[in-house]
This record gives sequence, structure tokens and C-alpha cells, in this order.
Amino acid sequence: MAQSEQLLSLYRQMLIIRYTEEQLARSHQMGLIHGACHTYVGEEAIATGVCAHLRPDDAVFSTHRGHGHALAKGVSPREVVAELFGRATGCSQGRGGSMHLFKPEVGMMGTSGIVGPCILQATGAGYSFKLLKTDQVGVAFFGDGAVNNGAFHEGLNLASIWKLPTLFVCENNMYATEVPFAYSAGNPHVGNRGPAYGMESLTVDGNDVLAVYEAAEEAVRRARGGEGPTLIECRTYRTRAHAEGMRDGGYRTPEEVEEWKARDPITRYNEWLLKNEEAGTETLAEIEAEVKEMVADAEEFARNSPWPEADTVSEHVFNQG
Amino acid sequence: MRELTYVEATLEALDSAMARDPSIFVVGEGIGERGGNFNTTVGLYDKYGPERLCDTPISERGFVGMCAGAAMTGTRPVVDFMFLDFILDAFGELVNQIAKMQYMSSGRLKMPILLRGAIGIGHSAATHHSGSYYPIFAHIPGFRVVVPAIPSDAKGLFATALQSDDPVLFLEHKSLLFNRGDVPEGDYAIPFGQARMAREGSDCTVVAIGSMVDKSVAVCDKLAEDGISAEVIDPRTIAPLDMATILESVSKTGRLLIVDETFQPCGVGAEIAAQVIDEGFDDLDAPIRRLNGAHVPTPYSPPLELAIVPETNDIEQSIRNLLAE
Repeated sequence: MAQSEQLLSLYRQMLIIRYTEEQLARSHQMGLIHGACHTYVGEEAIATGVCAHLRPDDAVFSTHRGHGHALAKGVSPREVVAELFGRATGCSQGRGGSMHLFKPEVGMMGTSGIVGPCILQATGAGYSFKLLKTDQVGVAFFGDGAVNNGAFHEGLNLASIWKLPTLFVCENNMYATEVPFAYSAGNPHVGNRGPAYGMESLTVDGNDVLAVYEAAEEAVRRARGGEGPTLIECRTYRTRAHAEGMRDGGYRTPEEVEEWKARDPITRYNEWLLKNEEAGTETLAEIEAEVKEMVADAEEFARNSPWPEADTVSEHVFNQG
Repeated sequence: MRELTYVEATLEALDSAMARDPSIFVVGEGIGERGGNFNTTVGLYDKYGPERLCDTPISERGFVGMCAGAAMTGTRPVVDFMFLDFILDAFGELVNQIAKMQYMSSGRLKMPILLRGAIGIGHSAATHHSGSYYPIFAHIPGFRVVVPAIPSDAKGLFATALQSDDPVLFLEHKSLLFNRGDVPEGDYAIPFGQARMAREGSDCTVVAIGSMVDKSVAVCDKLAEDGISAEVIDPRTIAPLDMATILESVSKTGRLLIVDETFQPCGVGAEIAAQVIDEGFDDLDAPIRRLNGAHVPTPYSPPLELAIVPETNDIEQSIRNLLAE
């Protein structure tokens, strides 16, 4: 069980993701974001609960819906917003955008526009850490869509046969873009697939930050201790459209969306903190105000940041020493 | 100087680098105790153990993607594909991830990964074990593409590949693997992007790649008996490509033939020809000619297989035709 300070830190981290995403959605409507923008609204508990156990030298590999992972891994809202604005101050210096957020200095090894490779790369980080005899871990965040991809099968098998220190965190939000997982998967469960690979696996409520926190704590402990990889299925839901600006109807009902909004991870956790007297309304309001200020500052920073110099466009294709 | 085979030469470079650098590990099918289908890792398993000589399942996309993640986190993977054809199952990992990672991360991630495999047509290997594919990789920003022709180059270029922080495709023609040649002892590295003058001459320039280098030199030696003086250039690396050496030779000879076993359309010869036209048009005394393998999948039956590969008589005829233009 997390200590009081940690409990508030989880709340704050979820808010950083939520407010940043809501800001990005507004900025997208204003035309300040130039490409795709897939928000993590509704799924904040997962990145928050997992990354709470990670050190800066642990390696996270993420997806197209990766803003939350970057923020939870320690990339600042300023660097994330500036990257989506295409500015030189962004975490990828304007070369990446939403789907290529990199900050290896804090172990954020990239979000990706292709579904699947993060699973293999986190396996590879596990291989490095095993070979170098460190106690670091590699973590892959991926959606239910990736579970039907060959990378899932190959990556889990490789991590299992070599007992690599890797976490496979499946954020099952029920739809691959708009294709239901219930339609596209012969086995509608992910958390019971570990035994097929000789691996520990479990399913948790992905909208319950403490449930994710506890599952990840055990998985990270096992990985650091040389006990091998874990597959964690987190059942969750994205409450905004697949991408900002896209229609969001036809494949799911308004009733379903409302039902999941009622299970909002931040509201639930807020209520839990109050009910269990871990925090008072005043404390939580202070955190909310502080995070709002942080996100407003990030937006202003990004808007006032310089564009990348066009004559740098060919830099970094190859190592420059 | 002592002689080694082409494979022994790369093995010497690999062994020496692994002894110095504990972050180097090799993955592939049968590269552990078995020592590699083409003897590429013979003896290393006993020295460095199963984690550094890591036998894999038949899971090309899996272990290539895995090695991308390893290269991003402090180790230096060597992927031994056995036959290069198998790399195609990992094409997305290569092009979308490995080639682009340094750029996407603004140079804060490195991608020190060496991808090696046997290429080329021969021994009725048929169409799933005969591919070369290097023009495809040379087309993509981010790859170094190495195609050594002789054992001493194989060793020196392999050493450079093991020091590179960029992804390197190291492509070894099957017909060359057990050729013997003089190989210096000790460590040495040959920089990428420096062609080798395989034979000096003044009447025409022949740029030959991989298995076509020795064949072209043999043909030109024979043509010398007829008073024909042909120069043979081995680019050694396709990316980067040493155009300066090629242009200098063409400025001397005025005639250019490119001999390449793999496909002509959108190929290395097309690129070289275009660059010579751009930079050396006034030096040309004749049209640039290309001699390539046929643009077909590789057939199995020996007479069919023989019909698609440039042979010495084809090279000789192409040079004679070029000189008659």
C-alpha cells in the first residue's frame, strides 16, 4: 500500500496528464497542433500507477497514444506541448510530434506511430539490462490493438525464454481505433494469455490507480529480482475520440461512453482519498490549482517557443559523434 | 602474409571486438554452439557464453525489434540472419524504427546495430535463399550498407561496423564466403565510403559490386592481352557511396560500365549513372552501360539459374561493346 505522500503524488500525476490532454485538445481546435493528437483521457491511472515504480534509468516504450506515458515518465508538460506545437523546445526538438516523443535522459524511449514495435523494444531493453547485469527494467505500454499483432507473440515469447526484466502493460480500451476487441480477438481476454508464453499475467481495473499501482509494484519487483517478465492487462476506456477532430460515433454508443465516464479514474480516486481521509478537499484543490497553473505555463511556453531552424533538417540522420 | 577465408576474416574482427567490448552480443538461428550455418561464429560460444552468443527462435521480426531496443539501451547487437532473405520479415522494424530512431530522437539515441547476412545467387538455393536487396536499404536514410568483395576488406569493414553508432547492413555474397585471400594480422578498420581500386586502367571504368569484383578483374586481366586497359573499382560500401573515386576514374577513361548481380531497375547502377551524368557529363565519351542479373525471382534449375547471373563472358562482351561505342 502506498504511503500518504505517494497517494497524493498519484493524484497529482493523473491531473498533470488530464489537464495537459485537455489543453492539447483545445490547442488542436485552435490549429496550434499540426498533426494527429491521440489523447489519453480516461486512461491516466495506468501510466501513473506503473511509472510510479520506475526510475529515470528504466526504459519506457510507448504507442501512438503516448502523451500520458511521457508525462508520467518525467517529460515535462512544457516539452510535450512544445513538441506537439512543432517547436524547437519540444522533447524531440520538433522532429517527432505526438507520435514520436523522446526523452532518453529520463528513460522515455519513444512513442510510436506503428502498433507493435514497442513490445519488441522493451524486450530488447530487458535484454540489455540482463546482459549488463543491472537491475533496470524495460516497460512496453500498448493497446488491445497490438495484442493481435505478431510483435505481441514474438516479443512475449522472447522475453519469456530469456526471463527478461520486462513489463508488458496492455491498455485494453476495447477498440483498436474503432474496431472492437470483442470482434477482432478470438480470445477476448489478454490477462489470461501469460501461460501460453510461460509468463505471469493478470488483469486489473485500469481505471483504479491503486489496483494498477499494486500490480505494477509486484511486476517491477519480480523483474528487478531476475524473476522474469509480467503481462498486465488493464481494462480501461478512452472517453474522447480516437484522435482529436475525428468523429466519434457509429462504433460505440453514447450510453457506453457515459457509463465509462462515470468510472473516471480521477473522480474515483478523488472520492477514495476523501473517504479514506488521506486528504481533505482543500489539499486536493491546492493540487488542482497548482497543476492547472503548470499546464497553462506549458501552453504559454510552447506558444512562445521558437520554430526549429530549417537548415537543421538533415541533422541526426546519422550519428554525429 | 597469411591467408584467411572471407568468413574467417570477419570472425577474427568479431572475436577481437567481443573480447574488448562486453556490450557486444550476437543473435541468430544456430549461431551459438553450432557456430553459424556459414561458420560466422565458430568458437565464440565457448569463449563468450550463451548470453552473448544467443540462439534465437525463428522469429526475425521479434529479434530484430528486440535488438533495436537493446541498441537504444546501452548494448551493441549483431544480428546474424544466415540468409539475408529472412530480414524481410523484419522490414518494418528496420525501416520505421531502426533507420529513423536517431533522427526522431534528435540524435539523443544511438542505433549501434550490425545486421549481417549471406546474399546472392548460386548453388540452386532458389528464390527464398538468393536475394541481395541492398539497393532497397541504400534508398532509406539512416542505413550504412556494406558489400565487401575480398577477405581483407571483409575484416576491416566488419571492424568499422562494430564501432559504428549507426545501423549497418553487412552483406556477404555466398560465393565469396570461402574464398581465401591475404588478410593482415591484428586489428584494423577500413572507413565506410572509400572505394578500392581493384585494377588500374585507362580505357574504361568498370564499377563492380560484391561477387562481380573478382569476376570483372579476371575479365580485364584477360582483355589486357588484347591491349585493352580497363579499370575496376569496388565501391565496398553502397551507402555511403564513394562517388569521388568513380568520377575521377571516369574523367580519365570517359567510359563507364556498372556490373551488379542484383536487379537493374532503381538499382545501384542507376544511381551511379545518374550521379555521373550530374557531375561528370562532359567527361563521357560513350553512353553509360549497366550489366545486371535478370529482373526475375531466382529460379532453381541450374541452367535457369545460370541464365540470370552476369558471367565472365557477359562482362567481357559488355566491355568490348562499350569500347566500340
